[in-house]
Amino acid sequence: MATMATTAVQTSSVGVPLRITLQRVERRRKLRAFGLVLPLLLFIVIAFVMPIGRMMFDAVHDDTLLVLMPKTTAALSVWDGKDLPDESAYAALAGDLKEAWSQKTAGRIGERMNYELSGVASEVKSSARKASMLSAGPYKAAMIDISSIWGQREVWSLLKRGRSAYTAFYLLRSADFQYGPESQIVASPPENAIFRDIFLRTLGISIGVTAATLLLGFPLAYLLATLPARTSNLLMMAILTSFFTSVLVRTTAWVVLLQDHGLINETLMALHILSQPAELIFNRFGTVLAMTHIQLPFTLLPIYSVMKSISPSHVRAARSLGAGPFYAFWKVYFPQTLPGIAAGCLLTFILCLGYYITPALVGGPGDMMVSNFVATYTNEQLNWGMASALGAILLTATLLLYFVFNKLVGLDQIRMG
Amino acid sequence: MDLRPGLKKPQGGDCPLVGGVPVATHAPGSLKQTCVNDAFVKFSGIQKTYDGETLVVKNLNLDIAQGEFLTMLGPSGSGKTTTLMMLAGFEVPTQGSILLGGRSIGGMPPHKRDIGMVFQNYALFPHMTVEENLAFPLKVRKLGKPEIEVRVKRALDMVRLGVQSKRRPGQLSGGQQQRVALARALVFEPNLVLMDEPLGALDKQLREEMQLEIKHIHDNLGITVVYVTHDQGEALTMSDRIAVFNDGVIQQLATPAELYERPQNPFVAQFIGENNRLNGKVIALNGTTCTVEIPGAGNVQALAVNVEMVGRPTVLSLRPERVKLNPTPGSLPNVFSARVAEVIYLGDHVRVRMSVGGRDDFVVKLSNSEGVAHVEPGAAMTVGWRAEDCRALAAS
Repeated sequence: MATMATTAVQTSSVGVPLRITLQRVERRRKLRAFGLVLPLLLFIVIAFVMPIGRMMFDAVHDDTLLVLMPKTTAALSVWDGKDLPDESAYAALAGDLKEAWSQKTAGRIGERMNYELSGVASEVKSSARKASMLSAGPYKAAMIDISSIWGQREVWSLLKRGRSAYTAFYLLRSADFQYGPESQIVASPPENAIFRDIFLRTLGISIGVTAATLLLGFPLAYLLATLPARTSNLLMMAILTSFFTSVLVRTTAWVVLLQDHGLINETLMALHILSQPAELIFNRFGTVLAMTHIQLPFTLLPIYSVMKSISPSHVRAARSLGAGPFYAFWKVYFPQTLPGIAAGCLLTFILCLGYYITPALVGGPGDMMVSNFVATYTNEQLNWGMASALGAILLTATLLLYFVFNKLVGLDQIRMG
Repeated sequence: MDLRPGLKKPQGGDCPLVGGVPVATHAPGSLKQTCVNDAFVKFSGIQKTYDGETLVVKNLNLDIAQGEFLTMLGPSGSGKTTTLMMLAGFEVPTQGSILLGGRSIGGMPPHKRDIGMVFQNYALFPHMTVEENLAFPLKVRKLGKPEIEVRVKRALDMVRLGVQSKRRPGQLSGGQQQRVALARALVFEPNLVLMDEPLGALDKQLREEMQLEIKHIHDNLGITVVYVTHDQGEALTMSDRIAVFNDGVIQQLATPAELYERPQNPFVAQFIGENNRLNGKVIALNGTTCTVEIPGAGNVQALAVNVEMVGRPTVLSLRPERVKLNPTPGSLPNVFSARVAEVIYLGDHVRVRMSVGGRDDFVVKLSNSEGVAHVEPGAAMTVGWRAEDCRALAAS
C-alpha cells in the first residue's frame, strides 16, 4: 500500500496530471474494445447496412428512361403536357429508338414503360424496329403511323417523368396508387390494387401467429419455470429439438399431416368423424398453424428465462399478505413476466412480418405475404423497383411498429433473459 | 408508533414462561407441557417428510403464547424453516395438527391465515413502489382509499421510511428494503408475524440495529412473533423464548438466559455460546453434584444435570469465561495444571487456548475489564472452576 501511494505521488510530481494518465489508460482500453468489435462492425456494414441502403435507394431510383432515351426526355422538358408534343420531340423519339434498336436496348425500354402502362412493351419494341428504317422526317405522323401509342398522352407523360432519375412510381404502386395521364396521382384500377390487402394480410397473419404463440407459450413457459429441474430440462430438450430441424422440413411435415389424404384427414375419415377430407392446408388455417409451430420457441424462450428469474417467494409473500392464488398470480407474478412477453412477442411478430417459405408451401394464393411478392418480383419478374419498394415499406412499417412499441412498453423493459 | 392501541402485550399471563419452563416434548417420558390451554399457536405431533423416507421435522410439540417473541434457532437443515412454512401454510404437515388461536388451520390456504411474514430475501414486489407494496395487503382486503393511505403512512413512519415511499425496492439499500418488508408484514395488523432469517443479508452493524428495532416494534405492538435464525446472538438479543432445533427435533425450549446458563444437552451447550466439552464417565453421584472421571486429566466435580447413573458416559460443559487462572489453592473444587498454547487478543477479551489433561483445545476467556492478566504462550499455570459452572450432560 505504501509503495502504491508513493508511486501515485511521483507520477503527478513528474508533471503528468492524474487525469491525463487516466485518459491514456482509458483510451488504450477503448481501442482494444473497438478492435474486438471491428470484424462484426465490418460484417454488419457490408452484409446488412449496404444491401438495405441499396434496396431503399432502388425503391425510388430508376434511370432507365433517362439513360436509354436521353434525347426524348431532354426534348420533353419544354412540353406543357396538354396536347401531344411537337415535331422536335418526335424527331428525338425516332432518334432514340433508332439508337435503342442498334444497341439492342429497346426491350428494356419497353419493359420499363410496361410497368406503368400495361401492354406497351411489344409496341415499343416493334416501333424501334420500324423507326430504324425511317430515314427522314417529318416524324410526328410517321411515328403515330408506326404505333398508335405515340399518339397517346399518357405515354408521353410517362416519358416526361423519365426525365428524372427518381420516381415515386414503385412506392405509389405498393400503396395501390399510380400516375394518371397528366402525371397526377390516382388510385390504381382494381386489377392492380392488391398491395394494401397484402400488407394488411401480412399484419393480420403476424398478429394472429404472435397471439397464438403467446397463448400456447405462456402456460408452457410457466410449467417449465416451475417444474423440478430434471423434468423441465427434459421438456426443454423437446422444445429445442425442433430447432435441430430446418424450417423447410418442419413446414413440409405439416403438408404430410394436413393434406387431403394426409394423416389427420385419413384418420378422421377412418373413424367416420368426417365423410370427406377437411381443408386443413393451402389456406389461412394451415399457414397460421405451421407458422405458430415454428415461432413457438421464439416467443416461449424469453418468457421462460424471465420467469426463471422471478423469485418464488414473491408469490408466497403475496399469498401471506392475503391474496388468493389467482390474485397473487395476476398482480405479482404476471406483471413481472411482461418484459419477457414483450421480448418474445416482438421477436415473433417481426420474424412473422418477413415470413416467406411457410406461406409459400402451406398457404393458398390468398395467403401470400409481402415477402412472397418481394421474392416474385426479384426472382421471376426481375422488377427490382417493385421488390425494393415493397421491402422498403415493410421495413419502414416494422421500424414504426418498433418505435410505437418502444413508446408504449419501453425497450428498457425488454429482457431476453 | 402503536398500530393497534387496543391491544397491549399480555404481561406474564397464565402461562409462566420461566418459572414453569414450558418445555417442548418429543420423547415420551420427558417433561410434560405445563401450559396448554391458552396457547396462541399450538403445534401438536407435527411430522414432516419430503421424500417419504427421512423426517425433516420429527414429532414436534410447541406452544407459543400470545404476544410472545419466539425464536427458532438451529443450523441449516434442522427443520426450523420447514416448521415456519407449515405455520405460514406453504408446507403441509405430513402428520399432526397446528392450532392458531384455538382453531385448526390444517386445510386453510395461506392467504386466509392472516399471518404477516417477512422473507429471507425480503420478497418485495419489484414492479411496485414502496407505497404500493405496503398498500397491497390492504387492497386485497378491500379497504377504502383514505384508510389505505393513512395506514401506509403510519407504517412507513414506524420504520422511518416516509420519504422513500415513491421509490421502487431496487432503488433502496438492503436495510431500507428490510424495513419495507417489515412494514408490509405489519401494515394489515396481523396478530402473528413470521420472520424467516430477515436480517441474513445485512452487514453486522445494520443487523444489530435492526434487531433492536424489531424488538421495539414487537414490544410496542404486542404482536406475536415467530422468528427463524441460525445466528445465536440474534436469538439471544431479541427473544422471549428460544427453541433450539437440531435434526428435526427441538433440543431445548427456554429463555435466552436459561438456555445459556443451563443448557440441557451437549448440542445446546455447543450451539449457544462458546463451550469446553470434556468427555468422561460418571464415577459418583451425590444429589445435585457428581464426580466425573476425565481420562488423562483426573476427576472433576460437576453439576449433575441429566446423568442417570454411575458408570454412564457424560459430557461436561464448561463456559470459557467461568474458568479462573491460578486460583487460590483450596478455593475451587476443580483445579488442573495447564500450559498456554495460544493467546488471541480480541479487544474486549482475550481468548487463551490451553492444553489441559492431554487435550489442547481447552479455551479460557479473560475479560479485558481490569487489564489483561499477562499470559504468554508456553507458560505453565493452574486453571480452576466451580462445580456449579460445570454441567454434566447426557452424552448423545
